[in-house]
Amino acid sequence: MTDQPKWGLVIDMDRCNGCTVCITACSMENNVPYVGEDDAGYGRSMQWIRVERYWEGEYPNLVVRFMPVMCQQCGVAPCEPVCPVYATLHSEAEQINLQVYNRCVGTRYCGNNCPYVVRQFNWFDYSSDMPEPLNNQFNPDVTVRRRGVMEKCTFCIQRIRRAEETANAEGRELQDGEFEPACAQACPSDAIVFGLLSNPDSQVSHLVRSARSQRLLLEELGTEPRVIYLKSERGLRS
Amino acid sequence: MTANSVPLPQTRAEEDPHQHLLLDPRPREEMNHMVMEAMTATSRPYWVVIGILATLVAVCLFGAWLYMIIKGMGVAGIRRPTYWGMFITNFVFWIGISHSGTFVSAILRVFKAEFRRPITRAAELMTAFGLAAAGLYPLIHLGRVWLAYWIIPYPNQRWLWPNFRSPLTWDMIAITTYLLSSLMYIYLPLIPDLAMARDRSVGWRYKLYRGMALGWRGTEAEWFRLRTAIQIFAFAIIPVMFSVHTIVSWDFAVTKTPGWHSSIFGPFFVVGAIYSGVSAVAMILSLIRGSMLNMKYFIREEHFDALGKLMLVFSFTWTYFYFNEYLLAWYGGDQSDFYVWNALTRGPYMWLWLLMLFLNIAVPWLTLWNKRVRRNPWLLFAIGFMINLGMYIERYLIVPLMITRSRFPFVWDNYSPRIELVMSVGTLSLFLLLYALASRLIPLIPVWEVQEGQLAFRMRRIGKMEVPSVSEIE
Repeated sequence: MTDQPKWGLVIDMDRCNGCTVCITACSMENNVPYVGEDDAGYGRSMQWIRVERYWEGEYPNLVVRFMPVMCQQCGVAPCEPVCPVYATLHSEAEQINLQVYNRCVGTRYCGNNCPYVVRQFNWFDYSSDMPEPLNNQFNPDVTVRRRGVMEKCTFCIQRIRRAEETANAEGRELQDGEFEPACAQACPSDAIVFGLLSNPDSQVSHLVRSARSQRLLLEELGTEPRVIYLKSERGLRS
Repeated sequence: MTANSVPLPQTRAEEDPHQHLLLDPRPREEMNHMVMEAMTATSRPYWVVIGILATLVAVCLFGAWLYMIIKGMGVAGIRRPTYWGMFITNFVFWIGISHSGTFVSAILRVFKAEFRRPITRAAELMTAFGLAAAGLYPLIHLGRVWLAYWIIPYPNQRWLWPNFRSPLTWDMIAITTYLLSSLMYIYLPLIPDLAMARDRSVGWRYKLYRGMALGWRGTEAEWFRLRTAIQIFAFAIIPVMFSVHTIVSWDFAVTKTPGWHSSIFGPFFVVGAIYSGVSAVAMILSLIRGSMLNMKYFIREEHFDALGKLMLVFSFTWTYFYFNEYLLAWYGGDQSDFYVWNALTRGPYMWLWLLMLFLNIAVPWLTLWNKRVRRNPWLLFAIGFMINLGMYIERYLIVPLMITRSRFPFVWDNYSPRIELVMSVGTLSLFLLLYALASRLIPLIPVWEVQEGQLAFRMRRIGKMEVPSVSEIE
C-alpha cells in the first residue's frame, strides 16, 4: 500500500507552550461553533483540539506540561465499525477518518468508543443561531453542521484536497510543506508539523526518524494513530 | 365452591392440595364468566388512573420528546465524555423487563412447569409493552431522529446500506425480530380465549373478538395445529430472547471503553434481565390480583411462592456474574479499569453503588428464603420493586457512569440527568397505560390453559390417602 499517501501530524511537546492558538485557528477554519458560556461551562465546548494540562511537582517547583489532543486519525479506528450508517468511515485516498455530516443520524456511539474522547456533538443548532454579521466568518469550504451530528478534526481535508487539486492542475507532485492545516499554520512555536508520513523526505518523516523519543497515544490499544508525539526533553531531565 | 375444595380431615391446612389452582377446579362456564367479568368491569378509579397515565405519557414522554427534537439533544443532561445517558439506561432496563414474558412463558412451558398456566399471558404482555417502551429509546436518543430509517436496510438509488458491523444495526434487527416473534407468541395462545370472549360478548367487543379469533371453532384439527405452533414458538423464541439481550450487551462489550469492554457482558445482561423481569412479573401479578375482579382465584400464593424462588435463584446468579466482573478487572490490573471502579466504589457514585448492592443482594437474600414472605403478594411486590430499582441503578452505573471516567483524566466529567428523568417517568406511565388498557381488552388469564391443566390434575384415592395425580396432556 505504498502508493497511498499517509498524512500525519508530529507534535513536539517541548515546543508546545499551551497558548491554545491552534484551537482558535482550527475553529475559524472549520466553522467549529462557539457554544456560549453556559454550555461551555457544562462541558459542551466543541473545539476539535484540546490542550491538556498536567502539573507535576509542588508549588513553586511546578512543571506544567501541555499536550494538544485532536483526532488521531487512527489506522484502525474504534469509531468506524460502530456507526450504523457509515457516517464515520475510512478514507482510502488520504488514509484518514472521515465524518460525513449529512449521513450522521446522531447515535453518538463513535463518541463513546473513541478512546481519545475527541469527537464532538452538536447539542444545539449553534451555527444557525449565530447573530447576523458573524455568520460571514464561516469558511465556505467547510460544511456548517446542524444539531444532532457528530464532528471531529479532519486534518483540514479541505486544504489537502485544494493543494492536491492545485498540484494536479499544474501537472506536478505535491511538495512537502506546500500547505498546512490551520493548527500547524497558527502554532507560533512550530510545535505542530504536518506532512506525508509515507514520503521519507518530508519534514514529519525526518522528525519521526530523529533521535528523540516519541510515542503514540494509547498505542497499546492498537489503533495505529497518525499523530506522533515527540517526548518532552524536560521529562528526560527531571 | 365445589365439593372438591373442602379439605380432607387427614391433611394439614398448609398442605391442603386445593390451594393449588390446578387442583381446585371450577365449572368451565363459571371460569369463563369470571375472566369475562374481570375484563369488562371498569370502575371510576380505573378511568382516573387511565386519565392520569395518559396525561403523563402525553406530557412527560411525547411532549418532552417533541421539545427535545425541536430544541436539540442539549436539553438532556449528557455531555462529553458521557455521550449515552439515562436514555440508554432506560433502553436496557425495559429490554430487561421484556425478558420476563418469554422466560416465564416459554421456558416454563418447555419445561412443563405447571404453575405457569394462569400467569403466562400477564408475563407475555410485559414482553410486548416492555419492548414498546424500550423500542422508543433508540429513537429518542438519536440526534436526528427524523433520519432513523437510515439504519434499516432498504433498497435505494445510491446503494447505501447500513453498517452490518455496527452493534446498533444488530440491535435493530434483534429487537424487531424479538418484537414480532413475541407478538406472535402472545397471539397464538390467545386465539381460543378470544373465541371464548367472542361467544360471550356483544357490540364492538363482539366485532373485535370475531376478527381477532380468526374464526376459531375449537375442532380437533384446530387444537392440534395450535398446540404444534405454540410448541414450535416456545422453543424458537428462547434463543431469540437470549440473543436479544446478548446483542444489547454487545453495544457495550464490543467497545474499547474501560468498564464496558468485558466478555462476560452477554450472559451477565441476560441474567440481569431475567432477574428484573421475573421480579416485575411478581409486581404486576400483585397489582392484577389486588385490582381486578376474580383474580384471587386464578393468581394464588403458590404462584408468588414460585416466582419468589426464581427471584432468589437469579439474585444468586446475578451476584456471581457481577463479582466475577470485578474480580477480573482487579486481577487484570488495567489502570483505566481502576479509574472506573474507583469512581463507582469510592468515588462520587459510591452511595448509588452501595444502594444497588443492598437492593439487589441484601434484600432478596435476607427475605426470599422465607416461605411466608414469598407467599405474601404485597411483600413480594415491595421486594420486586426494590429489586427493579436496584437493577435500574445497576444499568445506570454501567451505561452513563462508567463512561464518565475515560482513559484521559483531563476530560472526566460527571453525569446527571435533566430531561431524561421526566421522560423516564413518561415511559413508566406508557408501560402501565398500555397494560391497563390491555387488561380490559384481552383476557388476562389464559382460561383454556388453566382448564387444560385442571383436566390433567386429579385427586386420586389410594387406600385412605387422597393424592394428586397428573396425566400427560401435551
